[in-house]
Amino acid sequence: MKILVPVKRVPDPYAKVAPNADGSDIARDSLPYAVNPFDEIALEEAIRLKEAGSATEIVAVSVGSEESTEQLRTALAMGADRAILVQTSDWLDAPAVARLLAAVYRRENPDLILLGKQAVDMDNNQVGQMLAAMLDLPQATFASKIEAQSGQMRVERETDNGTETVSVTLPAIITADLRLNEPRYVALTGIVRARSKPLETLTSADLGVSVSASVRLVRVETPPKRQAGKRVESPQQLVQLLKEEAKVI
Amino acid sequence: MKILIVAETDGSQISEKSLPAIAMAQRLAPNDFHILTIGHDLQGIDKLTGYGAQAVWTAQSPDLAKPVTDKYAVVVKEAADQLGATVVAGTTSTFSRDLLARAAGLMDAPMLSDVMSLEQENGQVLAKRPIYSANLVGVFAVDAPRFLLTARGPAWGKPNPTGGASEVKTLTLSSALPNKTQWHSLTAAAQGRPDLTQARVVVSGGRPLKDAATFEQYIGGLADTLGGAVGATRAAVDSGIAANELQVGQTGKTVAPDLYIAVAVSGSVQHLAGMKDSKVIVAINIDPEAPIFSVADYGLVADLYQVLPTLQEEIKKAKG
Repeated sequence: MKILVPVKRVPDPYAKVAPNADGSDIARDSLPYAVNPFDEIALEEAIRLKEAGSATEIVAVSVGSEESTEQLRTALAMGADRAILVQTSDWLDAPAVARLLAAVYRRENPDLILLGKQAVDMDNNQVGQMLAAMLDLPQATFASKIEAQSGQMRVERETDNGTETVSVTLPAIITADLRLNEPRYVALTGIVRARSKPLETLTSADLGVSVSASVRLVRVETPPKRQAGKRVESPQQLVQLLKEEAKVI
Repeated sequence: MKILIVAETDGSQISEKSLPAIAMAQRLAPNDFHILTIGHDLQGIDKLTGYGAQAVWTAQSPDLAKPVTDKYAVVVKEAADQLGATVVAGTTSTFSRDLLARAAGLMDAPMLSDVMSLEQENGQVLAKRPIYSANLVGVFAVDAPRFLLTARGPAWGKPNPTGGASEVKTLTLSSALPNKTQWHSLTAAAQGRPDLTQARVVVSGGRPLKDAATFEQYIGGLADTLGGAVGATRAAVDSGIAANELQVGQTGKTVAPDLYIAVAVSGSVQHLAGMKDSKVIVAINIDPEAPIFSVADYGLVADLYQVLPTLQEEIKKAKG
């Protein structure tokens, strides 16, 4: 089984983000970047499937600027076999990313696409599902457990109503949720080995895809801050205030 | 703007989770919105007929008895095509995020997730939605003949009952449904409590609650005293003391009850993203520096094991 793992370069989820001077984007100067955490979980799962003998090859792919090479190197250091950068400096909406990934799928013909359920910058949660629709593949989103079976994957999904279990016939698309696994730390040997692994750069023209975005981010705003209220001394005082001041009980 | 609301179902029961999306449709297209229900032997369609929709459409077949997204997305596309809908929407939830994004792929249309507001300005649609774990709000311009969206529940509230009943009509399907996903089961922690996203009161617990039994005793107990729902932090869920579907936050549920009581919750950015729109927030934490206090209307620095039993007694007295 060959697995394609899309990974996105995102601002480090622990870094503080704020609007830039003209409010057109976030302030990006000296912002640290990382692999989108959900994509990292997806990659970890692909590596575990390979270690268990279910997968034979893992190809990491990123759509973005040349700087995304950094995140692809991380993916290679973790255990991907090779990497593809679809290089673009354009603002892309989710359908545009999905169209580019669909073209990579057709070129690579993997049995499985494993990616994060959402990227923690735009928090869209769309690309996996759109890609599945474009390729007419079955999808299992929000995976918390994956089991490789003959010609299919059995997936436990985290839904608002509980844990749902489905099987999808391969080729298929699975998106990773938080509790699928805990990604490994990258070992030094992995970083060294990653340097000699192949990393190919393509453009949208190479893939025969013309990208245009119909949803654009035009302004970034800071949400209204909630003010801290008062400290109370006892449960008795709390209940009194909730009843008489806040009037919620 | 002609809006099609896709109602949330488990294949047999209509849920009320779609109400915020209907409230949105009432505001944006009061005289031109439709509702779509999908399933088999659907119960509760009448829950949706009193809000002024032009029609409540229903697509039913044994093949739609379980909520398999690959199949439902085909139905959504077909309904949108037949009705000429320019906006297809649901309330933000795992159901809607999963289904509508796949439908968007089939319809070759873009999508906006978790929309807080939507305006038309000089023929252009501008939508606001949370980005970067709700640390920021993004204003997005949409330039497409049709698009999909999920409506952020707390931002839109409940629809107004309009009196009268929308006509229930049958949607005739002409497309074949894909068959590459098999549905096996749904396991839910039976609770017998109000739905987390719709409850008037939510009591949430964090990791310091030792184990599942302690969590249930203290957090569940307080929630029951208030007739509320139970929530949890990611850490509490990860450590196995609370069920997955109770998680509140960036990757869990977004809630905005009248009263949110956070017990032993430190208040990570991710957790705050899911509850900071609550009307009144109470924080009970032994650590006076916990970030949760910075958003709390009422903060009590205390050991939960000492104060929760008293709190429960006092609430019972106050409610009479």
